[in-house]
Amino acid sequence: MAGHSNYVPQSAAAKWLESRLPVISLMRGSFVDFPTPKNLNYWWTFGGILFFVLIAQILTGIVLVMHYTPSTGAAFDSVEHIMRDVNFGWMLRYLHSNGASMFFIAVYIHIFRGLYYGSYKAPREISWILGVIIFLIMMGTAFMGYVLPWGQMSFWGATVITNLFSAIPLVGEAIVTWLWGGFAVDNPTLNRFFSLHYLLPFMIFGVVILHVWAFHTTGNNNPTGVQPKTKQDTLPFHPYYTMKDLFAIVVFMIFFSWFAFYLPNYLGHADNYIEANPLVTPAHIVPEWYFLPFYAILRAVPDKLGGVVLMFGAIAVLFILPWLDTSKVRSGAYRPLFKQFFWIFAAVCVALGYLGAMPAEGIYVTLSRIFTAYYFAHFLVILPMLGFLEKPKPLPASISESVLKGGSGKPAAAAAAPETK
Amino acid sequence: MSTMIKMVRSLAAVAALAIATPAMAAGANVEIDYQSWSFAGPFGFYDRAQLQRGFKVYRENCSACHGLRLVAFRNLAEDGGPSFTEDQAKAVAAEYTVVDGPDDFGDMYDRPAILADRFPSPFPNEQAARAANNGAYPPDFSLLAKARAAQRGFPWFVFDIFTQYQENGPDYIYSLLTGYVDAPEGVAVPDGQYYNHSFLAGEFISMAPPLFEEAVEYTDGTPMTVDQYAKDVAAFMMWAAEPHLEDRKKIGFRVMIFLIVFAGLLYFTKKKLWRNVEH
Repeated sequence: MAGHSNYVPQSAAAKWLESRLPVISLMRGSFVDFPTPKNLNYWWTFGGILFFVLIAQILTGIVLVMHYTPSTGAAFDSVEHIMRDVNFGWMLRYLHSNGASMFFIAVYIHIFRGLYYGSYKAPREISWILGVIIFLIMMGTAFMGYVLPWGQMSFWGATVITNLFSAIPLVGEAIVTWLWGGFAVDNPTLNRFFSLHYLLPFMIFGVVILHVWAFHTTGNNNPTGVQPKTKQDTLPFHPYYTMKDLFAIVVFMIFFSWFAFYLPNYLGHADNYIEANPLVTPAHIVPEWYFLPFYAILRAVPDKLGGVVLMFGAIAVLFILPWLDTSKVRSGAYRPLFKQFFWIFAAVCVALGYLGAMPAEGIYVTLSRIFTAYYFAHFLVILPMLGFLEKPKPLPASISESVLKGGSGKPAAAAAAPETK
Repeated sequence: MSTMIKMVRSLAAVAALAIATPAMAAGANVEIDYQSWSFAGPFGFYDRAQLQRGFKVYRENCSACHGLRLVAFRNLAEDGGPSFTEDQAKAVAAEYTVVDGPDDFGDMYDRPAILADRFPSPFPNEQAARAANNGAYPPDFSLLAKARAAQRGFPWFVFDIFTQYQENGPDYIYSLLTGYVDAPEGVAVPDGQYYNHSFLAGEFISMAPPLFEEAVEYTDGTPMTVDQYAKDVAAFMMWAAEPHLEDRKKIGFRVMIFLIVFAGLLYFTKKKLWRNVEH
């Protein structure tokens, strides 16, 4: 933070501003001089990538709103107006709809990176919890955004998901009516979803600042999980990580563009090009791909309330993860058993995603149940036990020592040119 | 501990199996006859002559029941579409009647359509359409080529990412139009319905086989077969659903080239910047 800045204001204007609001040293301390472990690998670039996607979503979204009409009678046609008549409207809309998927691809990689390298462990619990909150708001935002085009999947997805709240005993029905603003998903529902879909991204932005503030206070985690000990272990954020992140963001943009320009409807559902019709239920109501693992957990339980509890529980368990993992060692790189369980867990999540797309019948339900049980067992049984059963590999004394093991002849503390300038 | 790992490993194996085998189950009865389309792939473009033929098939053969409400007459003359001349598009528009008004006396009146109008639908509402079609509702064509897709199943949906397969809609439409076959023995076809082995919503479809050989006259020597009509009208419907496809792919290619070059430059910049850092 500001404490990391070695900035001394030179000009009179800068001195004037700094003595009143130290915003220059704050920005420099956070994003220029901030000491960052020098061994961060490319999995660490997804934070920057996510920030880019958030800004891209907000910018495309703001322009889309200028042409969109939030009303059940006009929403579907206004989206088609954007696609057909607005200059480059098709590009804005495809970037925005595929951007949602890109957001989730990046956030899932980001979360799994945190899981693998133990980024949730002390002293970074708050940063982790804020991250889970961001994930929750993201899910709400994406869900409500998907309702806005008012296609068949929009309408029926909204109906199914809002109906989940009716499982709450006693007040469930009343809550659903309150959420809808009526007795069915209709114009009031669309209007409030539109309002919240515009609001929530700015809330995400706010929590992102807290998220960054928290891990800038504790310092970044790194692939060894060993805290930086000397100045040799870190590099200033700029230009080292600004350049590395920028490179990663542009590579991610290539991936993003592949979908937005060549496969714009691959990640969506064909039924959403049919206007919403409350009288016709689609053959299969399927959520967007990024919700499928949670959808599989929901449907694995024969009881509605139980399914809802487990589905939310699947995210809630992440909040207490810092206290479930009993291992003293942070990074999975030094935990031979954990490493295996990590990959099994990742495979189980992918399998749940696949099962969420399949009809809820026969073998699919059985498998969903097995994998749902495993999902929770990973957090509630395996992680607590591993800390006691596992014998971790010896940790390096410092980040510099770990990178020197590679055996290159260059001295670790060699001055880098941009720094000595 | 090791038994636990074994157990978990076998679970993972079950998961892998589950992904590998029954994916084709849903929608497996639908027969899709995949075609090669000019608009497929990164350099895809619409075949102008094909769109014009497809429009002719639509107008003479489909438009009595199927609307095209999101397409405007001006679109017919725009770049990236059938590229009719403006006069031709005006002439097409003039053949349609739209309701306008109210006039100075408060009355609605009929007038010939102009370029700015969209295609008027053949029926005033769904009920009227159903009443005229034995209870069935002929869907509007504007978005149909994006609103229909047969399930691809594993592993095809993975390959599709790399092959850029996005022609599910036209492939389905072509298959449906050519999918009227004799019902298998023992299958009783209900009155007023027809057996079609490509229909997503079931075996029986309420639409009678719509295309017949030489039903629409082609003046450019293209064979006047059901197969050709089906291909042409499916291509036309793809354009109607995605009128900016050519623009999208052209811009996409430039975006890709720019980003790849830019990423290369950034990579070497980053490498040079980090050259003295052991990391």
